[in-house]
Amino acid sequence: MKELICIVCPRGCHLKVDENDDYKVTGHRCARGVLYGYQEMTAPTRVVTSTVVLENAGEERCPVRTSQAVPKAKMFEVIDIVRKLKISAPVSLGQVLVPDIAGSGADLIATRSFSGTGN
Amino acid sequence: MKTQQYDLVVIGGGPAGMAAAVSAYDQGVRSIVILERDKQLGGILNQCIHNGFGLHHFKEELSGPEYAERYIKDVRARDIEVRLESMVLDLNSERIIQLVSPSHGFELIEAKAVILAMGSRERARGGIGTPGTRPAGVLTAGAAQRYVNLEGQRVGENIVILGSGDIGLIMARRLSLEGCKVHACVEIMSEPGGLARNIVQCLQDFDIPLLLSHTVTRIEGKKRIEAVHIAKVDMQMRPIPGTERRVACDTLLLSVGLIPENELSRAAGVELDNRTKGPQVFENLQTSVPGVFACGNVLHIHDLVDHVSDESARAGRAAAAYLSKQTDTAGGDLIALEAGRGLRYTVPQRLHLRPDLEKLDIFFRVTHTAEEQKIIVESGGKQIALFRRVHVAPGEMEKITLPAKVLAEIQPGAKLSLRLEAAL
Repeated sequence: MKELICIVCPRGCHLKVDENDDYKVTGHRCARGVLYGYQEMTAPTRVVTSTVVLENAGEERCPVRTSQAVPKAKMFEVIDIVRKLKISAPVSLGQVLVPDIAGSGADLIATRSFSGTGN
Repeated sequence: MKTQQYDLVVIGGGPAGMAAAVSAYDQGVRSIVILERDKQLGGILNQCIHNGFGLHHFKEELSGPEYAERYIKDVRARDIEVRLESMVLDLNSERIIQLVSPSHGFELIEAKAVILAMGSRERARGGIGTPGTRPAGVLTAGAAQRYVNLEGQRVGENIVILGSGDIGLIMARRLSLEGCKVHACVEIMSEPGGLARNIVQCLQDFDIPLLLSHTVTRIEGKKRIEAVHIAKVDMQMRPIPGTERRVACDTLLLSVGLIPENELSRAAGVELDNRTKGPQVFENLQTSVPGVFACGNVLHIHDLVDHVSDESARAGRAAAAYLSKQTDTAGGDLIALEAGRGLRYTVPQRLHLRPDLEKLDIFFRVTHTAEEQKIIVESGGKQIALFRRVHVAPGEMEKITLPAKVLAEIQPGAKLSLRLEAAL
């Protein structure tokens, strides 16, 4: 039996997941908790957010994130690619910067627009 | 000098100011200016690059800049004037504003209505009185967030975080992903200050120890911080002798709370609430100074920007109503709200019980974590409403809504009191 705190919403339910009973979840208060408990035990995922070097915008960094949650084990692999990335304005919100980043199935997208009028 | 005239001046261009200006415009106000001291709109959202914003408001999980950009578009799509790099120096009770900016120098603005949306500031080292030397490398979590996320700087390599507020937790994850070593998150209280989900995804994911009932007793280092001394505390939060240990580090981040920024409110003679550190407001978010409204973190500290947007839209509508009548929207019996047992405060703090009041939203925080609770609303010793909660915690703002039929039961002249009780 594994104890988890559900991170789906701010309530933070204390879940118990039984790995010997097909990951049966108890302690949840909604259906999303059951799904989270199962996923967290079998294939945990996280959305990764960071910044990349930005040129020609008058700002130093462009914020980025993965378009969906990626396997937790791939978080640092994603970050290594992000760290080496350099982009130039103009950039639009939602623009795909790296498709299928680290083979995760998620794209790396910009989360802010920059017009490119900066120095 | 010519005094410029506006119907509505919004002080602050963060999430609160933008939502307030947009809603006032949509209610018909056409002479609006937002005064923002930064170079851009968006406020603190610009540096909050993590996701988790907008779940309530947009039914999507957005990062801070994405959330801000939606509102910036809303502002730009309307004929709302925005003045950037414009710092308000003074506001008086006649709603005359002193403004300074690099492009226009010193200016005077007279407003028929003002919305205060200045947000909050972080409590710093001086606010918690940590002993020791005063080296470089001791900074607030939000300052570190700005250096890392906006300026692309590295704040240090070996980090200790004092306080378990959400910004500190978010920075623990951010710095870990950037390759720094976060040695511990130290919290003086027996339970964490931030959301449970952040304890999991920001600390546990990166194996960062959370030391509850512990504090930093000494900061060591001459030019740059070299170590902190961490000790366990007793029930009175006094360090327990013999439990102290030294942890070498080059950076100490403080995440020990936010304080509403009310210097201008004070200058205008707005009455403040010493529990929230924000203005005392009526049900329409008007302060004690007629025509001056408040919303967002300047009013009380919120956990979620979604709630800031909703509250600020209400302030915008109230300011528009005030402007259309050109009179105080108040009227009716004055009723004081009382935060009884189990509650730290309520917003609003008082209301004008008008016959046309359709509903009343009351926001509050509880004093302690508890399961299976009921919130009892009383007027003149009689219970008029009851709300149930499975779980309450000081870190999570609560809201109840009293419908018209409950408002009709409020006794004129009596206090409206709220308290928390175990639901058996």
